[in-house]
Amino acid sequence: MDILIAENVTKTYANHRALDKVSINVPEGSIYGLLGPNGAGKTTLIRIINQITGPDSGKVILNGEPLQAKHTSMIGYLPEERGLYKKMNVGDQAIYLSQLKGLSKSESKKRLKYWFEKFEIDSWWNRKVEELSKGMQQKIQFIVTILHEPKLLIFDEPFSGFDPINTEILKAEILKLKENGSTVIFSTHNMGSVEEICDHIALINNSKKILDGNMLDIKRSHRTNIFEIDYEPFNKSITDFLPDEFKVMAREDYGLGKRARVKMKDDSQTNQLLNLLMKNSRIIKFQEVIPSMNEIFIQKVRNENQNIR
Amino acid sequence: MNKIWLIIQREYLTRVKKKSFIIMTILGPLLMATVIIAPVFIASWGDEVKTVGIVDDSGFFKTAFKDNKHLTFKELHLDVSDAKRDREKLGCDIILYIPEPAYIYPKTIFLFSDKSIGLSNKSYIKNALNSDLRELRLRKAGVSPEVIESAKTSINIKDITLSESGSEKERISELEYALGIVLGVLIYFFIFLFGTQVMRGVIEEKTSRIIEVIISSVKPFQLMMGKIVGIALVGLTQFTLWVVLTGGIVFAMQGVFSNEVEQIKTQQMIQTGKVMDPSSSVNIDRSFDKTTVVFEALMSINYTALILSFLFYFLFGYLIYAALFASIGSAVDNDADTQQFVLPVTVPLIISIASLQFIANNPDGPASFWLSIIPFTSPVAMMVRIPFGVPWWQVALSMSLLVLGFLATTAFAAKIYRVGILMYGKKPTYKELWKWLRYKG
Repeated sequence: MDILIAENVTKTYANHRALDKVSINVPEGSIYGLLGPNGAGKTTLIRIINQITGPDSGKVILNGEPLQAKHTSMIGYLPEERGLYKKMNVGDQAIYLSQLKGLSKSESKKRLKYWFEKFEIDSWWNRKVEELSKGMQQKIQFIVTILHEPKLLIFDEPFSGFDPINTEILKAEILKLKENGSTVIFSTHNMGSVEEICDHIALINNSKKILDGNMLDIKRSHRTNIFEIDYEPFNKSITDFLPDEFKVMAREDYGLGKRARVKMKDDSQTNQLLNLLMKNSRIIKFQEVIPSMNEIFIQKVRNENQNIR
Repeated sequence: MNKIWLIIQREYLTRVKKKSFIIMTILGPLLMATVIIAPVFIASWGDEVKTVGIVDDSGFFKTAFKDNKHLTFKELHLDVSDAKRDREKLGCDIILYIPEPAYIYPKTIFLFSDKSIGLSNKSYIKNALNSDLRELRLRKAGVSPEVIESAKTSINIKDITLSESGSEKERISELEYALGIVLGVLIYFFIFLFGTQVMRGVIEEKTSRIIEVIISSVKPFQLMMGKIVGIALVGLTQFTLWVVLTGGIVFAMQGVFSNEVEQIKTQQMIQTGKVMDPSSSVNIDRSFDKTTVVFEALMSINYTALILSFLFYFLFGYLIYAALFASIGSAVDNDADTQQFVLPVTVPLIISIASLQFIANNPDGPASFWLSIIPFTSPVAMMVRIPFGVPWWQVALSMSLLVLGFLATTAFAAKIYRVGILMYGKKPTYKELWKWLRYKG
């Protein structure tokens, strides 16, 4: 079941179209990557899901119901631009923010105590936010975001401003949240950070969705049928022992042997290629070239932008 | 609703717990109490009596000077230069020298002293001389002493209000005037002080970037109204504490200085008694004791109506501006950028405070009427008029227009606020604000 469905969501500001008929389906229990370059419209879409702003047209369905005011307590949102009241106590502030999400004061205190102990930050409770470092503030914001145990978590550029150690802690916590049944939406322009944890993605560019689906499916569909081969030829060169249907794209000396990139018509020829190689060379490495999300992203965005021009 | 309540609580508690609030709450009443008590205090201590030695070469003014609280007069039969030299031996602080006139009457007199004698003393002497001189001239012109005496009489004006039921009430316009101005100024300050607090609060949320987290939990309108109401409660708390504490301090100080106060009262009574010398009073049917009249006038004011209307204009005057201040805060990124927008918003306030005296002087004139009806100026203008008595339909009209005005400005401001809080970067122009107004949800 999809916990969140956006259908043909369109939003226009004055003379700028921020979203153009964008539709996404976020499966329940998944980690969903909302990818796109800066200014593509990711934040606008997230704000619509959070009911901070409304769509001009199109609809959003959360948990089977059209989006409405009561849904705010089902969502935990960590915006890209985040902050806290500087002059307020850490503890009071955390309680206040989770009360706004519908938690009772006593429940919020209890849960905060658990998290503060877990992150070993109990001693901050009575300190003012302005006395804390940026990283410390981020931790508190993270706790506040997840404290009311929302079904849907939305993180906008979550790792910006975190050091590598805290990033790892955060990733681990997010995976744990997923195990406990939460759905997580990640919005980022940094592919590397999401490739390892996302199940699904949507790629937004220039206010339009240009790609979405299961991460593995996308990778599969972006297979190029190119293999990278490190080998030592016996006597014939690779261009001689491979028939014409295998196109040798690049060839170079590499270490003890040679490295070549070979493109096939389709993946049914993989074993045929391997057979030919085995007969004519000693194989060191035989690997399919799978584009990274980053490459797919860049390629897609470039194509789109060229189409516009 | 529950969420608005949470916001109100936070806005209220964070402000009330601030050091600056506590300091202001204590300092304010101390200051006000000092203003009230100081004159009594000064009067009880500052009674320095100076002796004036008179050297009158003209021989005209033997009887002109009567002793008062600060001055005693003593005639010296000496040459002026001797008097100047020996003034300490003679026990005089001041030597008053009236030279022999070149023409019939002297034009200039001289005061010699080592310290300044003070403005009021100087004018006392001047008045004594002038009135004596006037009498002298009139007598020379052949006017009889009885006529001169009767000409001195001043008339007291008694201002009586006729109410619809036909009862008569004496009133003192000065009191209404003062009351009106004080109440008007109070409302003006309240609006300005706490309106800008709303604006700062919005800017704080915007610059600290907490705004987006909050409006993912509550509607922007809820946040704005919660802030406005929370700060209104802070204002009411501060005001109440000021009134109560000032009253308390004044009361306590009065206890401490009760002796002095009594003394001053008796002194004043003696003086009024002197003024009321029966020989000089013509046609005054009741004894003219000013304190009694002021007291009666104070009692004659309808306090319930006054306090209720004050609270109403206090609150709605603030409310009608608070939302506008909130929208200004939302449109800019820092305090410095607010000026351009604050000025046009506060122009009506400034107009009403500038015409304060005018309204108090003509409480029923057409300008006063309109200023007290138009929502943006009515909180100050109507409050100035109310002590003078305003027809009920005007008050009702003014109040209902103010409530409508509040609803309208809040709806208007909320539209700008909603968009503004998420806008960062350059300061918007009026044209852009106009566009924001027409954005959909």
